[in-house]
Formats: sequence, C-alpha cells, structure tokens
Amino acid sequence: MKKTGAQLILEILMEHGVDTVFGYPGGAALNVYDALYEYQDRIKHILTAHEQGASHAADGYARATGKTGVVFATSGPGATNLVTGIATAYMDSIPMVAITSNVTNNLIGRDAFQEIYITGITMPITKHNFFVNRIEDLADAMRQAFRIAQSGRKGPVLVDVTKDVTAALTEYVPQEPLPLKEMPKASDKELQQVAEAINQANCPVIYCGGGTASRQAEKELHDLMETADIPAAYTMMAAGMVPYNDERCLGMIGMHGSVTANEALFHADLVLALGTRFSDRVALNIEKFSPGAVKIQVDIDPCEINKNVPVDQYIVGDVKDFLERLLPLIEKKKHPEWRSRIAGWQEQQEKVAYHGEGLHPGRLIRDVCDMVDKETIYVTDVGQHQMWAAQYVKHQETRHFLTSGGLGTMGYGYGAAIGAQAAFPEKRIVHFTGDASFHMNLNEACTAVSQEMPIITIIFNNQVLGMVYQWQTAFYGRRYAATTPERKTDFVKVIEGFGGKGFHVDTEEGFKEAFKQAMQETGPVWICCDIDREIKVLPMIPNGGTVDDMILE
Amino acid sequence: MKTITEKRTVNKTVICLMVENQPNVLARISSLVGRRSFNISTITASETNIAGITKITLVVNGDDENVLYQIIAQMEKLEHVREAYVLQDTNSLYRELLLVKIKASQRERSALHEMTEIYRGKVVGLNKESMIIELTGSPKKIDGFMSMLEDYDIIEVSRTGVTGMSRDSSEEKHLTGI
Repeated sequence: MKKTGAQLILEILMEHGVDTVFGYPGGAALNVYDALYEYQDRIKHILTAHEQGASHAADGYARATGKTGVVFATSGPGATNLVTGIATAYMDSIPMVAITSNVTNNLIGRDAFQEIYITGITMPITKHNFFVNRIEDLADAMRQAFRIAQSGRKGPVLVDVTKDVTAALTEYVPQEPLPLKEMPKASDKELQQVAEAINQANCPVIYCGGGTASRQAEKELHDLMETADIPAAYTMMAAGMVPYNDERCLGMIGMHGSVTANEALFHADLVLALGTRFSDRVALNIEKFSPGAVKIQVDIDPCEINKNVPVDQYIVGDVKDFLERLLPLIEKKKHPEWRSRIAGWQEQQEKVAYHGEGLHPGRLIRDVCDMVDKETIYVTDVGQHQMWAAQYVKHQETRHFLTSGGLGTMGYGYGAAIGAQAAFPEKRIVHFTGDASFHMNLNEACTAVSQEMPIITIIFNNQVLGMVYQWQTAFYGRRYAATTPERKTDFVKVIEGFGGKGFHVDTEEGFKEAFKQAMQETGPVWICCDIDREIKVLPMIPNGGTVDDMILE
Repeated sequence: MKTITEKRTVNKTVICLMVENQPNVLARISSLVGRRSFNISTITASETNIAGITKITLVVNGDDENVLYQIIAQMEKLEHVREAYVLQDTNSLYRELLLVKIKASQRERSALHEMTEIYRGKVVGLNKESMIIELTGSPKKIDGFMSMLEDYDIIEVSRTGVTGMSRDSSEEKHLTGI
C-alpha cells in the first residue's frame, strides 16, 4: 500500500512496538506531525517545553522500560536542542532513536532557514546516524536504527530525513524488526579459567556496572554471589543490581561510594568486573585500583577492555550468558574472614553521619523510601543531590533509579521523570533535584501539568551550585566563583504559576507531611526543602586518591 | 618547506580499514580519530576490486599495543567498517607517490636529473625556472630522496600518503561486495 515518508516512519515505529514518542514540531517536521495527528490513536506524542526535555524524556522512558526511546524534532535548533540528550544517552549506553526532519533536499547545503548538518554534529555521540534524502532509503534506515540502538552495547541512533522525503509516496511493505546483532559469548575455556580464579580466591569482590543492569542479570548475579559467597559493589549505573538489604551488598563504589565498597575493592584478591568500564569516577587512581587483586573484566564492548585499567583476564561477551554458564563451575564456598573484615568497614560506613544543621538530604531520602512502595522510580538531576540519592535511596531493582552518570547532565531529571511516568502511568515517580540543576529545565513543569503527571519533585535548596561549591570549599580555599548566585526563586510560586502544587518545608516533620499530601495529588508537586549549604557529600575520595585519602567528615 | 626531511623519531604503524563506500564514511573515521585523539600521520582512501568497498590506509604515529588495539576496536564499532587490521611491517609492502617542484636553473638541471635517475624517478614537468619530479616508492625511499634535495630550493611538495598490503596470499581478505 502507498504511504508517505512520514506515514512510513510511524508504521515502522509501530513495527517496533513503539506507542509513545516525545518531541516538538516545526516547519521541516510538518509532514511528520501531520502523520502523527492521523496516527494519534496508535502513537501517543508527548509535547515538551523544549526539545532537550523531549530527548531526556525518551531517555528516561528507555531506562525505565528497557525499550528504545523515541524522540522527534524539527530541523535546525530543534535538532541541536537534542544534542545534550543524545550525548547523555550515548554516555550511559541507552537505546534511543532520534528522528529529525531537515529542509527539503534541494536546499541542503545552502544554509537554508533552520538548516543544520545534524548528522555531522551527532557523529561522535551516536552509535550511528543516517541522512535520508531519498524515499527509497527511508524504511531501511529506520529499521537499521532500531537494530543498532538495541544491539550489543546499546545507544542512540539519529535518523535525519529531508522534508521532501517525508512527503514522498512509496510502497510500504510491513516487516518484522531486524534481528539484533549476535552477541559474542565466553568460551568454555574462558569460563573454566574464571571459575578457577573464583574458586581459589579468598577475598573476592564483584564490581558490577551498567552492562549488568542493561542485561537485567540480577538473578544470575545473585546466584553467583550466594554460591561463592562473593560480596558485590555496584557503580551508580547499576544501582538496584544488588538490593540494599542483601547481606553481601557493599553499596556503591567510587568517588562518593561507600567506605565498605571502596575498602573491599582495595583489599580484594580477586575483582570480577562485570559490564563496567573502570571509569575515572570509580578508578580514581588507575595504578592503585585494587592493587593486589587478580582483575577479570567481562564486557560486551571490546573497546572497554584494558581501556582505563589493565586487567589480568578479559572476556568480550554477553554478561548474562557468562553468569549463567559460569555458575555450574563454581564451588560452594564461605569466606567468613573476608566477610568479617567487610563488616568492620560497614561499621565505619555507618558512622558517616549526617552533618550540618537542620534538614539533611540523606534523612529526607530515607523518609521518602519509607513512604512509597517498592515500584517507585527515582529520578535525579546532577550534583550533590544526585550523590545523596545514589547513596541513600533503598535500591531494590534495576530500572528504578534514573540518573545521568557518564555525561553528568544537569537538567536531565525532569524530562527523564516525564519519560518514566509516560511509560508507567500507575507507578510513583519521585524526582530528586537541587536548586541549580532544576533551574536548567524546570520549564518541563508545563508538560507534567498538561499530561496530568503526579511527579513529585523534591528540591534540595541550598542556594548554591552545591557540588562545585563543595569542591571550592575543599580544594580552592573557599573562593566561591560563580556558585553563590543569590537567586530569589520562590519555587512554590513558580509551580503554582505552572498550574501545579508546591510546598516549602524546613523541618523533617513538615517534609513528611508535605510528601503525604503530595501523594494525593493528580498533577505535579514540588517540595522545596531548605538545606544548609555546608552539608557535604561524604564519603569522598579525591581524584587520584585511594581509600587512604578518603574524606569522612 | 625544508623541514620535511626531519628525522622520524616515532615508530609508525600502518592500519588498513575495509569500509563500505557510504556517504560520510571518511567523515566518520576522521570524527572518531578526532574524538579519541588518535595520532594519525597520513590517511589514504581508494576504491577496491570489491563493489562498494573502499580501502583506507591509516598511518599511526606510534606502536603501543594498547593504543593500536583501541584504534582497531573503535574503528570496528563503526557501522560502515567491515574490518580493520594492522599491517605487519616484516611482511608488507608500502608505497607512496611524491611530486616535488624544485627551482632549477639550467646549470642545476642535469644534477637533479641524475639524482632522479638513481632513484628511478621521472621528470614530469620542466620550464625555465623549475622542474617537477615524480617518484614512487616506500616512504623510506621518498624520505631519502627528499633529504638529497635539501640543498635545493623546493617550491612545492605533494605526497599521497602511504598505501600498503600484506605480501602473504593466505592472508587475503574475503569480503563480499554490497
């Protein structure tokens, strides 16, 4: 049957099970949006305030569901506004397909109104991108985009389509989604070697990252931890892989990770690094990362092997398959001595007290966790509040903590929260943010209001750009360059202006009361909490440091 | 222009990429080189006997194993790169083409001509003030010739950059066209 290019795009979205998209229309995208109007009973389009918000929404949708997030934008500024969102997804390996419209083909290269070379701009922040200026190339580009986004190490793909192509007629032949690229697998010999190392280890530790979360290998990981009695630390990208109340849970590793996780990694004799890349926020000192350990790395991306920290053995392959096939080779074991050393570090971790006067974010986060159900999805922006959330949220499952890890995108949170709520209208979405991050993209409140999304935003308002302020305090002799803006924003009035509800609290009791009320609302609620600006994110290991340099107070 | 003959102090490594001849494929490779800060000295590209496949030869400054591994692995992640491999020095042929325009009075001509003969080059252009010499050979040979020209006044130099292949017939790559 004959379809226009625009209709074809939507048909192919439906082939891939897409029923929700995010975006913003514009001149070059008129045909696409006209088709969206026609398909509105099958594909729900959520209009955001700004394309950046739409890109973060598609990302949040993908993180919460595991499906590919889809975002639409028009040419020129519409396309460039996606860039931060695409880069955010790229750095965290989140499957996304961004579909931009461009000017008609006869205007390409002539600096036409709202023309931009978006495939050039996004080359280093996509797995691949397509410039489609012939209708006969459109279907394949769209299908390839979904295949690439979900294959191997996932990530964003951009398809840029000229306006004339979206209007052109073509024959549409429905098709099944293309098979994903086959993932390499560990060989039996490799598994034997790893099993031997694990069976011989006295102080083993698992260090799991985003790859394990992406593959949802919770059960496989848990079985290995239990059988061989191996404690596990997780990176921020794998929050939820190991439930907070698991006896072998070491907590988060890295710069603001727990004493337990960092000490255990430092003193281990075997480190099994799963789906992770030894990033500079984890391996703060490359030479002294787990200095006495045999290091084994399993990752789907060959580029991550030996990239940051050299390892003793590596496997390029699917981590879930690896864990499944490894388990039968593992001897049942107990490491009571090692576990009791770890218990000692755990005691130290518990002494990392809540410092400062008045409200402490850590306590408020714990309060929230006690008031909501297990299905709640937590979303953050970037900065101090993000670290507090990573540390204090009672993580129980993957896909329930959405945060920008690799790129560290301030302003990520509200868009991502909207994406998660669009995916799961019945689930509670709690968005933790700071006053600085929130100022970047709080405009998406209008989206939450018009979509009637009861997202609860908790603003830790310390009136400063907290994380940078903390570094200036610690390392720059309190020279507060551009971190104390003295803003007078009244967040309660702002959200009321948008048509939502706001609370301002300065006591813990007041906070709990406000949160309970917020849970009754049908639209977005902001709870602004006054926080002392001197409260630090602790523990902290400075760049280049090890556990010996850990700052505890 | 006389700095050309500076001694090469870094070891170089030649990497071959077999890529699909798609729009932007060179841009993607250049973008990756820029993004990852790979230190590349030359890059050449040409079509092959296989339909739709282009061969790109990269000369990398350095021979650090980890760096080379990264380059190969990163290149192979590009959708349009079918394969990437290092050419082993001991078992490969490298060639480059040089065009050099030299200021040459009548008196200097015969000496230049003789030198060109020794290097099995060709004089391909001549006028009252200058001559153009063409030379093909390994980069080392070209460097040698250039150092012989040090005492002359060079007007312009154009080198194609290195292209190469393995001598081994068993290592032949079996790519299908597109």
